[in-house]
Order: sequence, then C-alpha cells, then structure tokens
Amino acid sequence: MTDVKAQKPTIAAAPRKTVFQRFMRRVQNNFRLIIIAVPLVWLVLFFLAPFFIVAKISLAELAIASPPFTPMIEWLDGGVVTIRLVFDNFAYILNDSLYFDTYVNSLKISVTSTIICLLLGYPIAYAIVRSGPVAKPLLLFAIILPFWTSFLLRVYAWMGLLADQGTINNLLLRLGLIDEPIRMLYTEFAVYVGIVYTYMPFMILPLYANMEKLDGSLNEAAADLGSRPTNTFFRVTLPLTMPGIIAGSLLVFIPATGEYVIPDLLGGGNVQMIGRVLFNEFSSNSDWPVAAAVAIVLLFLLVIPIIIFQYFQGKASQDP
Amino acid sequence: MGAKLTETNAVSDTPWLNQDGQQPLVKIKGLTKKYGGWAAVDNIDLDIYEGELFCLLGGSGCGKSTLLRMLAGFETLNSGTITIDGVDMADVPAYERPTNMMFQSYALFPHMSVEKNIAFGLQQDRMPKSEIGDRVHEILKLVELENFKKRKPKQLSGGQRQRVALARALVKEPKLLLLDEPLAALDKKLRKQTQFELANIQDQVGVTFIVVTHDQEEAMTLATRMAVMDAGRFKQVGTPTEIYEFPNSRFVADFIGSANIFEGRVTENGADHVRVKTEIGEVFIDHGQSVNVDSKIWVALRPEKIHIVKSQDPASGPNQVSGEVDDIGYLGETSIYKVKLPSGHIVDVTAPNQTRPMNRTHRITWEDKVNISWEPSSAMLLTS
Ligand SMILES: Nc1ncnc2c1ncn2[C@@H]1O[C@H](COP(=O)(O)OP(=O)(O)OP(=O)(O)O)[C@@H](O)[C@H]1O
Ligand SMILES: [Mg+2]
Repeated sequence: MTDVKAQKPTIAAAPRKTVFQRFMRRVQNNFRLIIIAVPLVWLVLFFLAPFFIVAKISLAELAIASPPFTPMIEWLDGGVVTIRLVFDNFAYILNDSLYFDTYVNSLKISVTSTIICLLLGYPIAYAIVRSGPVAKPLLLFAIILPFWTSFLLRVYAWMGLLADQGTINNLLLRLGLIDEPIRMLYTEFAVYVGIVYTYMPFMILPLYANMEKLDGSLNEAAADLGSRPTNTFFRVTLPLTMPGIIAGSLLVFIPATGEYVIPDLLGGGNVQMIGRVLFNEFSSNSDWPVAAAVAIVLLFLLVIPIIIFQYFQGKASQDP
Repeated sequence: MGAKLTETNAVSDTPWLNQDGQQPLVKIKGLTKKYGGWAAVDNIDLDIYEGELFCLLGGSGCGKSTLLRMLAGFETLNSGTITIDGVDMADVPAYERPTNMMFQSYALFPHMSVEKNIAFGLQQDRMPKSEIGDRVHEILKLVELENFKKRKPKQLSGGQRQRVALARALVKEPKLLLLDEPLAALDKKLRKQTQFELANIQDQVGVTFIVVTHDQEEAMTLATRMAVMDAGRFKQVGTPTEIYEFPNSRFVADFIGSANIFEGRVTENGADHVRVKTEIGEVFIDHGQSVNVDSKIWVALRPEKIHIVKSQDPASGPNQVSGEVDDIGYLGETSIYKVKLPSGHIVDVTAPNQTRPMNRTHRITWEDKVNISWEPSSAMLLTS
C-alpha cells in the first residue's frame, strides 16, 4: 500500500511545459472536435444561415421598399416589439393550381430523367469498369470532359442541334428521311435531352466508384453455385451496387428538380418547371416573399427523398 | 482385393491402378493456360477417380489455383480437354458444371448472412425451402457456426469466414469439390477436426475432392494421391508414401519433407544393389534400380532416417561418416542436428528426444564428435 502511494507522481514533480507545448496538447486532445468544427462552421455559414434568411423572407409580405418585403421584427415606439409571421405566401402557393402543377411537372421530369440516367448510366459504368487498362482512363476522361466547357455553352450547343433549322433536322432533311423539320427545340423532349445529357456524369461516376470496388470473384462464386448470369445480376451485383445507384440518383434528382437554365433555354415557355417559376417571381415580379416560399416548398420536396433514403439505409445496416 | 469385397464397396481403395476398369471421374489431357506468352499451367495430364481426395502441392505461383479455376470453368483453356463424368467441359459454362469450388479468397457474398450465403447454391437447384433449411442447419453444425448464422461475413473472424466458404461449397454435395487451401486459416485443433470431417464427408457422400494445400502434413494425412507441381507442370503424381519414400527428382525430394542431397557417380550396378561414390563417401543401396555405371546421380537421405551416435572413433565403410555437431535445433519432439563433415558438407539429422534434455552431458551437444549412418535401404537414388 505504501509503495503505491510513494510511486504516485506529485504535481511539483511534473515537468513544466511551455505555453506552446500546452497549446499543442490542447489541439491534440481536441483534434476530433476541430475536425468536426470545420464542416460545421461551413454548414452554418453557407447553408443554415441562408436558409433562415430565405425562410424569414417567405414569412413576410410584399412591400414597396428595399428590400421589397416587410420586416419580421419591428420596434414600435414605446419599446414594443412585434413579430409578424405571414403564412399567406404558402397558402397562395398551395392553393394556386399553377404552382401545384408546376411542382408536379418538375418532379415528373426530374424523376423520369433520373430513371433514364440510371438505365443508360448503369451499363456505361459497368462497361468502363470492365474495360481494359488502356481504355479505362480514356473512357473516364470522356465522361468528365464536358466539365471543361461552360455549362451554358453546352446548352446553347444543344439549341443549335435541336432547332427546326438545326443540325439534326438539316441532316435528316438532306438524307431524305423526313420532309419537314421535326419540332424538338422548345418541347419537353428537348428538356429531357438537356437534363439527361447534363447530369449523366453525376450518375456514372458514383456508380463507377461503387462497381470498381466490387470483387469479381463474387460473380464467379455465384456462377459456381449454379446461378445464371441474370440471376447473379439481380441477387449479387444489383444489391451490392445499391449505394452507387442511390448516390447517383440523388445527385441527378436533386439538381434536376430545381433546374432553371435547361427548361428555360431548351423548353422555352412550353415546359413549366419550378426553377423557372421561382426565377420569374423573383426577378420579373419582384415578389421576393412568394419566391422564397416557392424555394422553401421545393426544399422540403427534395429533403423528403433524402430522409426516406436515410431511413432505409439505417434499416439495412441494422439488419443482422 | 477379392470379388466379395468389391460387392459391398464398389469403389476400390486404389482406383488409379485401374484394376477393375473403372472410368476416371475427371480426365485432364494436355491442359495448358497461358498468360501472355507464359504458361501458368503447362500441358498437364491427369486422371482422378471417384471417391479420391487428390491433393495439389507446390510453391506459391506454380499454377495450383489456375488449374482449379480451369476445372471450375472460370478460365478459358489455351489447349487440352477436361472431361468430367464423361462429359467434355469445353462448352459447359461454370454454372452448369457438376463442380463446386471453395475460393482461396472465400468470395463470400458480403450482403448476405452466413445462412443465406450457404443457402444460395441450394436455391439455384430449386430445392424446397424446408429441405434447404435442414441442409443449411446440418452443415452449420458441422462447421460449428450455428450461433453465427445471422451474421454478415464482415462480422466474422478469418477462420470463421473460411468455414462459411467451406460450408457453402460442401452443402451442394457436388460430384467434384475443388478446395483452394480450405483449412489454411484454422487453428490446429479445428484444422485436425475439419480434416477428419472432410474425410468423413467423403466416405459418406462419395464426393471427389481436389484440394490445394501448402501443408504437407495435411496432404499426407488426407490424400489418396497427390501431385507435386512446379512452374505449371506436375513433377510427380502418386500416393503420399510413394512421393515421400520414392521421389523421382531432387525437386520433389526437397519439396516434400526435407532431404540431404549429394551428387555422385555410380560405381557398381548389380541386380539387387547399387553402389555410388558421392561427395561424402560411399553409399550402398540394397535394391536394384536401372542406372548406368559411371553415370552422374544424386543420393537423397531423409534426416530422420540417419542414425547419430557420439563417437571418437572415425567411421569407415559404406553408409557411415564421421563429423562434428555444428548446430542443434530443438523442436520439442525431435531435435535437428547439423553435422559438419570433414569435406565441409553439412548433413541434417533428426533424432527423437527420448530423454528430457535437462542434463546436457547425456545428450549430443555442440562440437561433439559423432558418427552418422543409415540403412542400405534408406538412401534414395535420383536421376534428375
Ligand atoms: N489473371 C492473370 N493474369 C496474369 N497472370 C496470372 C493471372 N492469374 C494468375 N497468374 C499467374 O499465374 C501463375 C499461377 O497462379 P496461381 O494463382 O495458379 O498460383 P498458385 O499456385 O495458386 O499460388 P498460391 O499458392 O500463391 O495461391 C502466377 O505466377 C500468377 O502470377
Ligand atoms: Mg492459389
């Protein structure tokens, strides 16, 4: 007993540390915290704060002022503080069938585009994974090559391709395959082409990353146990590439739903998507509160699939 | 082997001797697999009979896995044929072959539980659910994983994963089971037990096994026959005893067990004996072998077949040499003595530790003068 006591170091015996050493000690001890703090600050600064500003605007009324909406908190004379929350904007959006139809149309277009991207992107990603050591980097490069040019330029290029007097129609006319131009530009078709074209890399890259990790011997093991290739695909490959499918689909679905440039340039006035409506409310109508409310509703529409996804992921990982 | 015996036991113990005209289950002819210009499997011929447990031994990269993969149908052949149960496998895809393989990397499905991994193969045969359940339960009991059936492969230890892979291959009871180092990750006790079970399963269901192993002892205890492979070729095929006691080359003698190998020249070639003058002295062998007088030859001596005695008197005559103990390796059951001869050669000799080596003076120890000798039947003559 006495021995143990004697061995206990006393505070006085501890070597003195410099301020710098003590600081570094602190940093080391709180390293995890610091690692978490950086993205946290980023999220608060660039996501949460703007979100609350937009939310605040959505709960205001249109006013002839600068900025063009009523303040939320007002100090009246005599030290009285009033807080005004106006839900009219949301009521207006949800009751007006124009907005409702536009949301539905946006979702229809983005869901359809996501499915098309998945159906085209999955075999492409698979082919890249399976390709030889020379072809693979070239193919991957080809997938990200479009990012080297401005997005806007590429959309204008599609206008040139799809127009009535555009490249495709001219070619088909010259070949005698058609007698009069097919109307493609300013139709939903053009919007689909634009969205699928633009967002395809976001589908292919996560799928590729996922498939690349797959152990090829799993396919062999399945075949060895008597499974035909199609059965192996559905029972082994597909479940194991599900994380890639989900990641890719979200990366396409989320930006496609709020897409503004593509429906505006390729769809003209004929294709209503919520991004365009939002832009019109904001700039042409200068109705910031309604525009903000449109944005908030859109946000919730986009958050729901993520929550569902999280829920299923949580469930899958809990599965024994 | 009388006719009576073959009635009750249709498969003879030595089918490869082909006494009763039994057809081999697996016929391999001129099998070659090339990667680039280089042959991983080089012109292999082999017949394997039903009920055999055939072991493949060889150094790393000698083509064992490649050979198994060709049998399972994962590698295209450059030339040669594989016939299993009378059917040419050339156009039979892996999923229709009557083989199951246990992969060296296990290749367990990471998204399926242990139970589902094992059931996967049975489901492909459209077996009724209740029967699948029974079979899975049985095999889980065999590999002692009943308590782990709900776990994913990620949640298992290396040895447990290996047992799942083994169970998954075994459960389908195919005609031919290909096991690529099936027991490498198991501890000694479980390995012995599983070896025993493998032999048992083979007895019960008559499955034919081809087993790749690095463990010579395992091959010796399990195999009906074994093949020693080097650089894509078979060096020797035979029963464990044949390979150990009658190796056909220096490579095999050295690869299986250990051997002291000395170069020499044949001085006398009688009908029932051979005399060889070697680097370490004269060797007399009391069995005939077709060798030419004055031809170059190698003599191999297994360390455990050499006697060692402490002696100050120099040895004279054939099959004995004097030397000095250079080093001793204590292995528990046995000790290995490195005996340095006057010629400078070192001969390994193993001797059982029949007394407790507590008192050094009772044992042969460092720098002791010793005589070593061997029986006239012990030396092995190798022509290549
Ligand atoms: N896909 C491949 N491409 C090129 N070479 C290969 C390929 N697969 C195997 N090889 C080569 O073929 C040779 C035999 O390989 P194999 O896997 O059959 O060896 P092994 O005997 O099973 O070795 P180990 O005991 O280490 O498992 C090796 O030299 C290996 O490098
Ligand atoms: Mg191998």
